[in-house]
Amino acid sequence: MPIIKNGAIITDPWVFIADDEAIPVSSPVIVSLTRWLAERDALCGRNGLVGVQLRTDDLAEAIAADLDYLGLVAIEFPGIGDGRGYTTGRLLRGRHGFTGELRAVGPLIRDVFLFLKRCGFDAVEARDEAEAEAWHEAVDVINVAYQNAIDQKDRLDNRGQERAIFSSAPI
Amino acid sequence: MYLYDAIDQSLVDQRVEQFRGQVQRRMAGALSEEEFKPLRLMNGLYLQLHAYMLRVAIPYGTLSSDQMGKLAQIARVYDKGYGHFTTRQNLQYNWPKLEDMPDILAELATVQMHALQTSGNCIRNVTADQYAGAAADEVADPRIVAEVIRQWSTLHPEFSFLPRKFKIAVTGTARDRAAVRVHDIGIVIKRDAAGKIGYQVIVGGGLGRTPKIGTTLREFLPERHLLSYLEAVLRVYNQAGRRDNKYKARIKILVHETGAAEFARQVEAEWQEVRDSAIELPAEEYARIAMFFKPPPFKNLAGDDGEFARHRLENRDFTHWVRTNVASHKRPGYAIANITLKPEGGIPGDATAEQMDAVAALAERFSFSEIRVTHEQNLVLPHVRQADLFELWQTLRRHDLAAPNLGLISDIIACPGMDYCALATARSTPLAQDISRHFADLERQHNIGELKLKISGCINACGHHHVGHIGILGVDKRGEEFYQITIGGSADEAPSIGTIVGPAFPYERVVEVVETLTATYLAIRSGTEQFIDTVKRVGLDPFKEALYADH
Repeated sequence: MPIIKNGAIITDPWVFIADDEAIPVSSPVIVSLTRWLAERDALCGRNGLVGVQLRTDDLAEAIAADLDYLGLVAIEFPGIGDGRGYTTGRLLRGRHGFTGELRAVGPLIRDVFLFLKRCGFDAVEARDEAEAEAWHEAVDVINVAYQNAIDQKDRLDNRGQERAIFSSAPI
Repeated sequence: MYLYDAIDQSLVDQRVEQFRGQVQRRMAGALSEEEFKPLRLMNGLYLQLHAYMLRVAIPYGTLSSDQMGKLAQIARVYDKGYGHFTTRQNLQYNWPKLEDMPDILAELATVQMHALQTSGNCIRNVTADQYAGAAADEVADPRIVAEVIRQWSTLHPEFSFLPRKFKIAVTGTARDRAAVRVHDIGIVIKRDAAGKIGYQVIVGGGLGRTPKIGTTLREFLPERHLLSYLEAVLRVYNQAGRRDNKYKARIKILVHETGAAEFARQVEAEWQEVRDSAIELPAEEYARIAMFFKPPPFKNLAGDDGEFARHRLENRDFTHWVRTNVASHKRPGYAIANITLKPEGGIPGDATAEQMDAVAALAERFSFSEIRVTHEQNLVLPHVRQADLFELWQTLRRHDLAAPNLGLISDIIACPGMDYCALATARSTPLAQDISRHFADLERQHNIGELKLKISGCINACGHHHVGHIGILGVDKRGEEFYQITIGGSADEAPSIGTIVGPAFPYERVVEVVETLTATYLAIRSGTEQFIDTVKRVGLDPFKEALYADH
């Protein structure tokens, strides 16, 4: 499935390594939370970027203390109706100050891109090319908001249309 | 009334265009029904038994005459000439076409209305006391806070895909007309000893399969903390609420399974992280919104109107209507006029386009163009001069809108039931019609006094049967409609869940059962006590005996 990063469809440099597969020597890898917790020292000692993929029921706190070691956190969205990942992403980006890539793992459709962006996700796995190509339209379709979210500054700079008073906390 | 500024209008207009695109993609097959469903639900669009149903948001039940006129026009052009007012103070159209939906929403946007979040697992349209701004004992107008919450919760980036729907109700009086204790969050506006405004926050109430009275998490939350506190509650719920079973996904189950004390601790811990941060409700914004809810230009009237008193003496029918349907107003010489949508043999909550137009015109003439919708499926003109009541009543009569039965046994709440709803297991509106015909005699209704009868056509309890003084729940027993009867429920400031009296009855016997219950009450009531008081005093036994004596 295509990955959109900062609004552009990219060739994904990251590879997800299943728990029973060997870790490559130096290319960027994504591992499960279980594997990260079990092999953290080895993964940190390796010469290459590491990302962790959270399941939808993993809380932000499970990885919060390790964010300095991670280049990416991916959060699974098993279906459009399961919204736990929005909280997880928002807490990682806001409260815990994660600056690496925050990726929503789908298949995701354009209708949720704006919510994801506003919760601090900068990368999204889209269902297909058509959805990925709709990114810009999807995040611009509604350009006003009642809540300041993670993308607050961005929105204020671009449009000045935010009603800042209903700021959700910079958690 | 709140008036949109450019930001509010842009959001609603853009949402219409977004939805237009979603409908087009669905019709072109680019979206599966599974993908489309949560999207259409967030815009109030259901797929019912026979057709799509559109639920239009009426925030905190407040409508202007223009808005009511638009609802009438939509009913005429896009539906079958009528609409249905709901227990969430909303309006449902039962027969719109999918392809017309974007145009209907565009029509609504021209009068600052929408269908946002009237369905789906998000924060639903906020409800409030229908007497807001008119009730004599009001601490503060609940519409201000309700509008704040409406804005904060609209297209919330974090809380749009919750485990289940989330309903918030607000009241500004001790006397609870908004059923705040049976909502996911209920808010009661209070003042402390120093006169400062704060909020009692009640969490985890609800009806449905597992009725619960909410738990008070905060007796007095200072005003500025409201949004951060709501955010903390929603965040705990979004993370921890059950998603494995939709019948156990409401916050009431989370509170129950976690334990109220532990749940309160989790909310408190989360709140400590976000309090005193950017989400505080700023005084300027509160003041900006409050400006819209300033009292209308009331005249300074001396006191009770002489003509009004004379009409009451001279006209018995008018007196009946005043007795039940008119409530006292905070301003001398003014009154609150209730328009029940419960005519004899009618479908509770239904109004024709012609009736909507009539109410719009009457509100314009007599009530500063303001109309309210109540959770008991009635309408209210909140600010009528006593001197105008007689003329108002005469006009209402011509439109079959003057049923003098507010709070009486024929003022029934009923869900749409199997006549419309895909979830229903039994009919509910025909039963309401039968009961209302049986008790048509007004003297009898008055003799019975206040009696809240509520009917749900399935266990999901949209007709609030758990909190009916008499509650009726339709169930399916091997293909036949049966009705389980509860008594002793109440949704006011002393809430209770009704108790089942015994085995269910077939459809044909329900009217007789209600008759037996009221006759039993009349025989044993003490002094002036109401039905609910008698049930609370004597318990179920006399009623059970009367109903099941033959068996």
